[in-house]
Amino acid sequence: MPGITREEVAHLARLSRLELQAEELDHFAEQLDVIIGAVARVSEVAGQDVPPTSHPLPLTNVMRADEVRPSLTPDEALAGAPAAEEQRFRVPQILGED
Amino acid sequence: MTDLIRYTAAETATAIAQGDVSAVEVAQAHLDRIDAVDKRVNAFLHVDSEGALSAARAVDAKRAKGEELGPLAGVPLALKDVFTTKGVPTTAGSKILEGWVPPYDATLTGRLKDAGIVILGKTNMDEFAMGSSTENSAYGPTGNPWDLSRIPGGSGGGSAAALAAFEAPLAIGTDTGGSIRQPGAVTGTVGVKPTYGSVSRYGLIAFSSSLDQGGPCARTVLDTALLHEAIAGYDPLDSTSINAPVPAVVEAAKLRDVRGMRIGVVKEFAGEGYQAGVMQRFNESVELLRELGAEVVEVSCPSFTLAMPAYYLIAPSEASSNLARFDAMRYGLRVGDDGTRSAEDVTALTREAGFGPEVKRRIILGTYALSSGYYDAYYGSAQKVRTLISRDFDAAFAGVDVLVSPTTPTTAFPIGERADDPLAMYLADLCTIPSNLAGNAAMSLPCGLAPEDNLPVGLQIIAPAMADDRLYRVGGAVEAALNDKWGHTLLEEAPAL
Repeated sequence: MPGITREEVAHLARLSRLELQAEELDHFAEQLDVIIGAVARVSEVAGQDVPPTSHPLPLTNVMRADEVRPSLTPDEALAGAPAAEEQRFRVPQILGED
Repeated sequence: MTDLIRYTAAETATAIAQGDVSAVEVAQAHLDRIDAVDKRVNAFLHVDSEGALSAARAVDAKRAKGEELGPLAGVPLALKDVFTTKGVPTTAGSKILEGWVPPYDATLTGRLKDAGIVILGKTNMDEFAMGSSTENSAYGPTGNPWDLSRIPGGSGGGSAAALAAFEAPLAIGTDTGGSIRQPGAVTGTVGVKPTYGSVSRYGLIAFSSSLDQGGPCARTVLDTALLHEAIAGYDPLDSTSINAPVPAVVEAAKLRDVRGMRIGVVKEFAGEGYQAGVMQRFNESVELLRELGAEVVEVSCPSFTLAMPAYYLIAPSEASSNLARFDAMRYGLRVGDDGTRSAEDVTALTREAGFGPEVKRRIILGTYALSSGYYDAYYGSAQKVRTLISRDFDAAFAGVDVLVSPTTPTTAFPIGERADDPLAMYLADLCTIPSNLAGNAAMSLPCGLAPEDNLPVGLQIIAPAMADDRLYRVGGAVEAALNDKWGHTLLEEAPAL
């Protein structure tokens, strides 16, 4: 299986919302290439007819009653916010100017 | 009364219940110990003296009124800083949560409080529980009380070190790939990863949701069992919580009888990379189990050799998704919000500043494993390996009651030795990972010192899901036999701090 390139790592960092520095990119690309080389052994089983396991418990659609319960007050919920205004989280602009 | 810090949790609870000592005296003795040694050990990220003393006073008041106390009422505990604590800072070892004060308690935190357990503070850990040495903490490494220049294991190195340094008789850890058991092994303490789903994850900051499991740590098997019973059980707030009775672990810990039990030695956990002294102590433990009347057989679990590669695809994949919540919008760090940058840029700058190298590596690795074109080969294959590992366990448990292995291939390594070599670090979890992938129960307990370095060796015991009591039955018997043989507990051989 092919290794990972510096360009791929840069792309993955962008997808992951990580503004990596240039030297970090160099270092991670090298380390990730080694790590991926080591974990690629799992593809030995790729062709085998084995069902995948995503979770140790066979639980599906766990529901609870839709009831009003005590919850955090707005002040409590906003207490850790970097910025808040009028009982809302204040965030940087999401859409562009135009 | 310096002896108070050397009592077991069970002894402490009895002394408090009988009025031989007050819970406040016990709490104060441990706070004084922390004050005296923790500058060197660095087990605690936050000590909550006021909260601890107030919880202790409440226990004393209850006793004065003649109310019944729980089996661990008034016993101090060190809580891994990955469980939320209302009004007490919680960082998960990360700069991105520095100064964050949770507005709610984790279910586990609430259960500790309900049991009258006195929470001394929050312990150091690898950032977001990613690591095997506690060196990935944003707040500096923790020293192993056996040798402060060595790692105390990880990610729960702070909790294990607090026990070994007699800063607390009880601690809580979380185990995603070995983060309770491996620190237990290298510090000469006991740690249990309960069956997946048996201890609530509500309020446990998520790393890899299908693997993460909170669990008990202590210096004795019985103390670990008492804590296990206090924290385990169904929680409707955790959608993966098992709604079934908790196995009778305390009863099993007191049994001290393994006659007639069938014990399997996993063939794959030996060979290259395993330290000679670790294997020597392990083989002696197996012999001891035989002498105690257990039947020992060798079993083969061939898929276990693929457990480490599968784990380092599954855990980072889940982490890359779980850690997306750290977006600088609702809580935690926010960097670069100068009025000109977009939310997306602020998120990327904040995550760059707030996450450490191992967390970034795993987020990128997970994003890679889940990306189209690689998904089937990596994540899909890893999920198949997970099935094969569960099948290996099922086949083994058809013939034996428990499996045993060394907990870790080596004793505690020096701080710095593997810090920038991720792959070498990952090898520390070779023997512990399969149980997380399968979701069963496992314990590590001390089984001696490796002759070549005089550092603790851990014996791992693995039981089927919801048969956690078997861990305590075997562990309790081994512990009692070893203490008899040595004439003291292993931790009494640890150098004074």
